[in-house]
Amino acid sequence: MSAVAHASAYGAPGMASHLGPPPKRIVTGYGFWIFLLSDFVMFSAFFAAYAVLAKATDGGPGGRELFDLRSVAAETAALLASSFTCGLGSIAASRKQAMAFYIAMLVTGALGAIFLGLEIKEFVGLVAQGAGPTRSAFLSGFFTLVGCHGLHVSLGLLWLLTMIAQVMAKGFRADILRRILCFSLFWHALDIIWVGIFTVVYLYGVYL
Amino acid sequence: MSDSHRLELETAPGDEHAEAEDLGEGITGYVVGLGLAVLLTVVAFALPSLDLVWAPSIPVALGVLAIAQMGVHLVFFLHVTTGPDNTNNVLALAFGLIIVFLVIGGSLWIMHAMNANMTGHGGMGM
Repeated sequence: MSAVAHASAYGAPGMASHLGPPPKRIVTGYGFWIFLLSDFVMFSAFFAAYAVLAKATDGGPGGRELFDLRSVAAETAALLASSFTCGLGSIAASRKQAMAFYIAMLVTGALGAIFLGLEIKEFVGLVAQGAGPTRSAFLSGFFTLVGCHGLHVSLGLLWLLTMIAQVMAKGFRADILRRILCFSLFWHALDIIWVGIFTVVYLYGVYL
Repeated sequence: MSDSHRLELETAPGDEHAEAEDLGEGITGYVVGLGLAVLLTVVAFALPSLDLVWAPSIPVALGVLAIAQMGVHLVFFLHVTTGPDNTNNVLALAFGLIIVFLVIGGSLWIMHAMNANMTGHGGMGM
């Protein structure tokens, strides 16, 4: 088993350079990093659309009337704390400590669910007061940008549960550890996007 | 060339290196990152309602705080650093940032210029 894992982790010798190809963990992490950067590029288009349309309220409500900064602060705290516990979980995974990994990941998932719950509550409240995505270009841009981030968090939660199940079923195998590395990158990247959202959408929306 | 030497040349983003370090060192990185992120977030939320800075500078201050916090997340949570083992990750990030700034900055610039050149009604009436 260990000989097989070693061979698959380092590939055939002498393929890329005199050093051999990089370990699979580095290739996988780098590839996923490229995907995350392309995700950032996609979000930048939504940010640009929102920023251009932020004042196009068509006589309807703007950010100052609609946004509740206390709820946004709670969402921010939940997502930041979940990023931290996700980091603790990846430390536990790299040290192959199953119980610490499960606890950290379940806390991460719970905090992510709190974030999603607050966001869904906000969206439902906006639609209920007639400020749905069809009300104005500003609200179309808002729901697209923030909703796309919420969709990413939802997919991240599904991925998180999958990783817990895979560790339960298969243990800390090299391929499972690579998936955990990619998952933690994804989760931390979502928090970076959220920093842009709470600044550009909510703080600028309320105070500008 | 030994494997350990090979590993010093490149690092995946988010890599832990837990085998090489002790537990405390890994956790300390996340605790420092969390502390800095909380500080920057609290300042960003509190700044506009306090009368500490000149009001017209608040949007710029919020932007600087957000970019600083993104940097904190990149370094302490995603472990993207300026070290020689991170050259590929940083180069990819730099390319991503170029595209991001072109898309956002270019859109704002061209739409602002278009609105400014539209006479009669004040910009887009969408």
